[in-house]
Amino acid sequence: MNDDHAISVSQLTKRFGSFTAVDAVTFNVKRGEIFGFLGANGAGKTTAMRMLCGLSFPTSGQATIAGFDLYRDAEKIKKSIGYMSQKFSLYEDLTPRENIRFYGGIYGLTDQQIKSKTDFMVDHLHLENQVDNLVKSLPLGWKQKLSFSVAMLHQPKIVFLDEPTGGVDPVTRREFWMMIYEAAHEGTTVFVTTHYMDEAEYCDRVSIMVDGRLDALDTPLELKRKFNAPSMEEVFIQLARKAKRSDN
Amino acid sequence: MRVLRILLEKEFRQVFRDPAILRIIFLMPIIQLLIMPLAADYEVKNIKLCVVDFDRSSYSQKLVNKIAATKYFQLVDYTDSYQKALIYIEKDEADLVLQIPSSFEKQLVKEDQATVFMALNAINGVKANLGGAYLRSIIGDFNREIRLEWLQFPRLSPQPTIQVSAINWFNPLMNYQVFMVPGILVILVTMVGAFLSALNIVKEKEIGTIEQINVTPIRKYQFILGKLIPFWVLGLIILTIGLIISWVVYGIVPAGNVFTIYIFAAVYLLAVLGMGLLVSTFANTQQQAMLLSFFLMMTFILLGGLYTSIDSMPPWAQTFTKFNPVSYFIEVMRMVVLKGSSLYDIRNHLFIVFVFAVVLNSFAVWNYKKRS
Repeated sequence: MNDDHAISVSQLTKRFGSFTAVDAVTFNVKRGEIFGFLGANGAGKTTAMRMLCGLSFPTSGQATIAGFDLYRDAEKIKKSIGYMSQKFSLYEDLTPRENIRFYGGIYGLTDQQIKSKTDFMVDHLHLENQVDNLVKSLPLGWKQKLSFSVAMLHQPKIVFLDEPTGGVDPVTRREFWMMIYEAAHEGTTVFVTTHYMDEAEYCDRVSIMVDGRLDALDTPLELKRKFNAPSMEEVFIQLARKAKRSDN
Repeated sequence: MRVLRILLEKEFRQVFRDPAILRIIFLMPIIQLLIMPLAADYEVKNIKLCVVDFDRSSYSQKLVNKIAATKYFQLVDYTDSYQKALIYIEKDEADLVLQIPSSFEKQLVKEDQATVFMALNAINGVKANLGGAYLRSIIGDFNREIRLEWLQFPRLSPQPTIQVSAINWFNPLMNYQVFMVPGILVILVTMVGAFLSALNIVKEKEIGTIEQINVTPIRKYQFILGKLIPFWVLGLIILTIGLIISWVVYGIVPAGNVFTIYIFAAVYLLAVLGMGLLVSTFANTQQQAMLLSFFLMMTFILLGGLYTSIDSMPPWAQTFTKFNPVSYFIEVMRMVVLKGSSLYDIRNHLFIVFVFAVVLNSFAVWNYKKRS
């Protein structure tokens, strides 16, 4: 076990009946890196991520997250990670301020800390006029940025982002990635899945899943060289074409 | 403790921000308590009667007049065709047919006995039964009267009669509302507890917020307490509204101590909420939760002793009611409100419902999984 690894996964497998969603996946994520997790729809990305977050039990295999064993120390892992699911999951019938207070409180932040975090976020996300309106009235881009900030509230060591920029406009996408860079700069390990190949280029290292297996893992530059492709998109298409199973 | 406070803060905010839930909480008890006891009445009036009189004698006239004079019967038709009477029944325009045979008066005078025939529309069983019984007792009365007429003031009645005089304990006027209102209150508290708690958690599953909760280090018991307490409080608020309505509108003041009701309700609500919670751990959508709760509620309420007496159920159903928390609360409510029973008198009920609460909640906590 290497201390430089924020996440260390070995032979991780998840089966649903006869269907193997994640097939003996092995990889390491270095501390503080932005790790891109790519794959076609149904390749097993979300399932793998849910196992790493402690939302789903692996069928077999080992994993260590932030130095804690996935089986024995699930609750300790939860203190050290942040998670932003594919589906927007802040409370729409609460205001941003109330959502921040709720999640901050659950992670054990004091009233003082919650207040300063709220002020910081209002300032950072330009929420001055929205902070006391219900979340459901916010545009999607803002919701996603808020959601990310809430996942980062307790300054987790690792943050898992499941397609955080799905359906978001290019400008907001750019802003979102600025936030990811900032988080990584402050030492948070970022584990992110995406369908946008330009985003894959922003990652330090990229892994590509095909049919539940991890078919490639390297820096974007190395991958393009290996597959003799001009762009990450080309690399992805070459690999994803081999896939036998599709969305359904 | 702080986590629990944060959870409760959030739940109460959401409840009071949801106009639909607020409406349910405040309007449901008012409407149910104002309408149901007045409408759902066991006393049967307006029984539609059709008389087929083949005799057309003075005695048959006398009998018909006597029946029509009571407030229970409405004379639909006075005819001499049984076929015609049956058509009334078929069209649901009559509930009862009384047929007086052609030799009614003659037999009565000559042979000292006569037969009348009664046909009941049994589609509405309660109405038919009670109507039949009323009619029988009126005919019995009629019988006594004509005998007295004929017997020319005897010193001793040749036919000894035993008159029954009854006194109704605990509800002297047999006021139907006094009997129904406490039961309806129980139904209200039960429905709010079971439905709201089940739907609330399943809603979080449906919109995905529960995932976000499940990745936090929150403890199972904290989450569940955070869900139980708000609906426990709401249940007690509804009980209070209901007690106030039954006092203001129906003048029902519990004969026993109100706190006995509250203590029992507090424990009872834990059991009902536990059931809601359990339903929510099995259901994935609000629809599933709704249907499952609805099924359970219907069964518990119909077999809870509110509408039909448990004592007259078949033995297997009586055994079932022992596992029905609703039946205990209805019984306790009636005991305390009508009879003035004390906490000591209801100790067994309290204990049993407490066991329900413990079992249901433990099962729910055990079945609630943060990881799938």
